[in-house]
Amino acid sequence: MARVVVDVMLKPEILDPQGQAVQRALPRLGFEGISDVRQGKRFELEVDGPVDEAALARIHDLAESFLANTVIEDFTVRVEEVAEAAK
Amino acid sequence: MTARIGVVTFPGSLDDRDTQRAIRVAGAEPVALWHKDKDLKQVDAVVLCGGFSYGDYLRAGAIARFSPVMDSVIDQAKAGLPVLGICNGFQILTEAHLLPGGMLGNDHLHFICRDQKLRVENADTAWTTDYTAGQEIHIPLKNMDGRYVADRRTLDELEAEGRVAFRYMDFNPNGSLNDIAGITNAAGNVVGLMPHPEHAVEPLIGTGRTDGLPFFTSILKKLVNA
Repeated sequence: MARVVVDVMLKPEILDPQGQAVQRALPRLGFEGISDVRQGKRFELEVDGPVDEAALARIHDLAESFLANTVIEDFTVRVEEVAEAAK
Repeated sequence: MTARIGVVTFPGSLDDRDTQRAIRVAGAEPVALWHKDKDLKQVDAVVLCGGFSYGDYLRAGAIARFSPVMDSVIDQAKAGLPVLGICNGFQILTEAHLLPGGMLGNDHLHFICRDQKLRVENADTAWTTDYTAGQEIHIPLKNMDGRYVADRRTLDELEAEGRVAFRYMDFNPNGSLNDIAGITNAAGNVVGLMPHPEHAVEPLIGTGRTDGLPFFTSILKKLVNA
């Protein structure tokens, strides 16, 4: 079994008020020096069988049509190595 | 013979009954449609109503867009079927790419519920002919994800083609670009807006005015005269 991670972020030009709210809270918590925060979504897909090119292509299509709305969001797809001990 | 207007109920829809009532008040016949049915029961028009379809998980309207009923709505809207999306229905229409742009959380991060002043910008769509362009109306607004966004090119196109159908006046309640409250597709049969005309069809409730009723009388006239 393998894990594929899809990260979805608002496009850079789109205002992210949630990220701004987080960023504004940081000085109160004693975190200085962070000028911007943007908040996104991470999907972890547990894939049965090998993650070959065909499987990745299907997940890419899924991300493009469903997990992300490409009118307002960008996404990346990557395979994550799952450590044996963690299985 | 009157017009038959379908109202889709998704799990999480809130305003299907109010929408059916508004259709009846206008003199048309409401037809209940179910999210799992591909069959649109040969209705003359469809309203996608407000609420939180499928909990609005993932994104507002994102899961509803892939429901069986939407396959038929998308196909027929492209062939000219009049479709009105109110609030969550507007979000579903953008997710289905029947309308351009997308909907995001209000810029102030709070749910908002208020009587909202709007200007009718386009009185030529299937759903707005009983208004006059430039008319100012008051309609209830209630949402979490009401911020309309689109890239600059899309906004310019909408403005140039007169496809901004409704604009917020006096106060932008959610950070929508260009104060956009509602838009239409190029053909004028698909219209989406965040405020709720179905809550303003009788003087007793809503804003105390009937400023939302012309949505439903507009489509009725169009269908009966067709």
